[in-house]
Amino acid sequence: MFANMMNWIDARFPASKLWREHLSEYYAPKNLNFWYYFGAFAVFLLVLQIVTGIFLTMNYKPDADMAFASVEYIMRDVQWGWLIRYLHSTGASAFFIVIYLHMFRGLMYGSYKQPRELVWIFGMLIYVALMAEAFMGYLLPWGQMSYWGAQVIISLFGAVPFVGESLALWIRGDFVVADATLNRFFALHVIAIPLVLVALVVMHIIALHEVGSNNPDGVDIKKYKDENGKPLDGIPFHPYYTVKDIAGLTVFLFLFSLVVFFMPEGGGWFLEDANFVPADPLTTPEHIVPVWYFTPFYAILRAIPSVAGSSFPGVAAMGLAIVMLFLLPWLDRSPVRSVRYRGPYFRTALAIFVVTFVMLGFLGTQPATPTYTVMSQVFTILYFAFFILMPFYTKYDKDKPVPDRVTD
Amino acid sequence: MKHIVLTFLLSIGWLLSSHAIAAPSGVKLDSANINLRDEASLQRGAQTFVNYCMGCHAASFMRYSRMAKDLGLSEDLVRQNLMFVTDTIGDTMTISMRAEDAQKWFGVAPPDLSVIARSRSVDWLYTYLRTYYLDDSTIMGTNNLAYTNVAMPHVLWEQQGYKTTDTDGNLVSATQGNLSNREYDLMVRDLVNFLAYISEPSKLQRLDLGKWVLLYLFIFFLVAYPLKRAFWKDVH
Repeated sequence: MFANMMNWIDARFPASKLWREHLSEYYAPKNLNFWYYFGAFAVFLLVLQIVTGIFLTMNYKPDADMAFASVEYIMRDVQWGWLIRYLHSTGASAFFIVIYLHMFRGLMYGSYKQPRELVWIFGMLIYVALMAEAFMGYLLPWGQMSYWGAQVIISLFGAVPFVGESLALWIRGDFVVADATLNRFFALHVIAIPLVLVALVVMHIIALHEVGSNNPDGVDIKKYKDENGKPLDGIPFHPYYTVKDIAGLTVFLFLFSLVVFFMPEGGGWFLEDANFVPADPLTTPEHIVPVWYFTPFYAILRAIPSVAGSSFPGVAAMGLAIVMLFLLPWLDRSPVRSVRYRGPYFRTALAIFVVTFVMLGFLGTQPATPTYTVMSQVFTILYFAFFILMPFYTKYDKDKPVPDRVTD
Repeated sequence: MKHIVLTFLLSIGWLLSSHAIAAPSGVKLDSANINLRDEASLQRGAQTFVNYCMGCHAASFMRYSRMAKDLGLSEDLVRQNLMFVTDTIGDTMTISMRAEDAQKWFGVAPPDLSVIARSRSVDWLYTYLRTYYLDDSTIMGTNNLAYTNVAMPHVLWEQQGYKTTDTDGNLVSATQGNLSNREYDLMVRDLVNFLAYISEPSKLQRLDLGKWVLLYLFIFFLVAYPLKRAFWKDVH
């Protein structure tokens, strides 16, 4: 009965073929470790954000006079509205935590290197789209931090030479952040960017399944195959990694629920205190801080001094900081992928980079005192040095011999 | 490799432990020690709120009916004692004063207090309502340690009495109020408790449900992990 039905479908749509190619006969290395959970978590969070987002949209009002009140309406009068809202707000921060760890995994094990350049590029495009999605979503509650955060970030576009002011005006749809801005950000947040995101995620996974997953040893598991042509060190994604990811996801959900139910403000990091004050175009908050996931780049922006009264160099540096990540596959000249077999130069550089990124993130949340500004400048230099010097230190590094097969 | 991971986790931990938002004013905040499960305290707070605050401040996201239900009050009791501007129990706690008028009269419209406990924190509110002092240089004749040059006068002066600052900047009594210092602290504590309640009426439901969700996930893990082990038995 079931087989007949599947035959009927398969004659018309490649359901079984897709199942085999992407799950039951997609061979993943058997040694994937802790760091390989975050891709699955990210997929889960994407679905969670879309589903909770749909339910929020049913009661949210994208109108400058009603937006703040409609969020409080969801928190109080909508059945389970508070839960849906906290899942969505916590989900946003969790998404970035998971994505940053996922990207760090790629950095550690050289997952961006040949032949996975396009997997990395699609991933970076997802990251950029996610930043746009989060930035626009953050305006919607229409609190003070939503408003002034958007005001500051959009005014950055004003720093672009010649066309800057027109560009900022075009983005806002008004001379200040206003109802027009809220409306268009709503449209982009709930439909335009999610469509792009989902399409990019599909391409990211198709590209990955074309070349196969990397692993903590960075060795190619397709070199050694059994008589049926299956990689000796590979195991089918389903059921092995589906059951493993379910167990991992349970642990993740435990931590996620701790935040959602017991500290949804995340100590002021996930929901900022000032965002419980309705947006007021006439009162600037004392201390405007972007949400934590943008602060490393915000610190870079502030670290670069203005040139001839224009803050464009800072804006350009911030953009360049993200462009650098795109170039990673071509900056890395080492024949070795995994940090396990890399020499001391790369290991040191990576350690410094991690500290740099976290420190920039911290500095971006702090007021720009002279000491902090100097620190931001030092860490900005270190950030760019990691990328610009990479062709040299990876080329001359004393890499260790890479094993033929996976080691654990 | 190990120490890269360790550095990373340590730096994250350090980052999370330093608080994102600094206190807006230099004054040391007293701990409000509120208890959202103390129904009597919330009821007293509601009374103070309606009698003293709702002359000028609304809580326009909070419904009387929800308050009645959560605070264990009958709708009739709420209607007779706590509702002065409306007869409909499903209405929100709005006031009659229009914002434009308030702006004209006070220079600034008194803010809506629905979520004030979330933007200001309960400790700040508790400190603020107890640190008014006489100051001739202001229009209202009073100033505040937690909120310098605040436009609001000392509305609870009959209860607390007026304070003044001594040479060290500490507050000392200038006039005697109806309540002792301790009684006044308790009154403010109840009020702040109520403000915390209206800032997130679902909070107790959230905390209670959270325990069950964690318990469920824990039990689910006890199934999911052995399942993973069973499948992975022959790998390696």
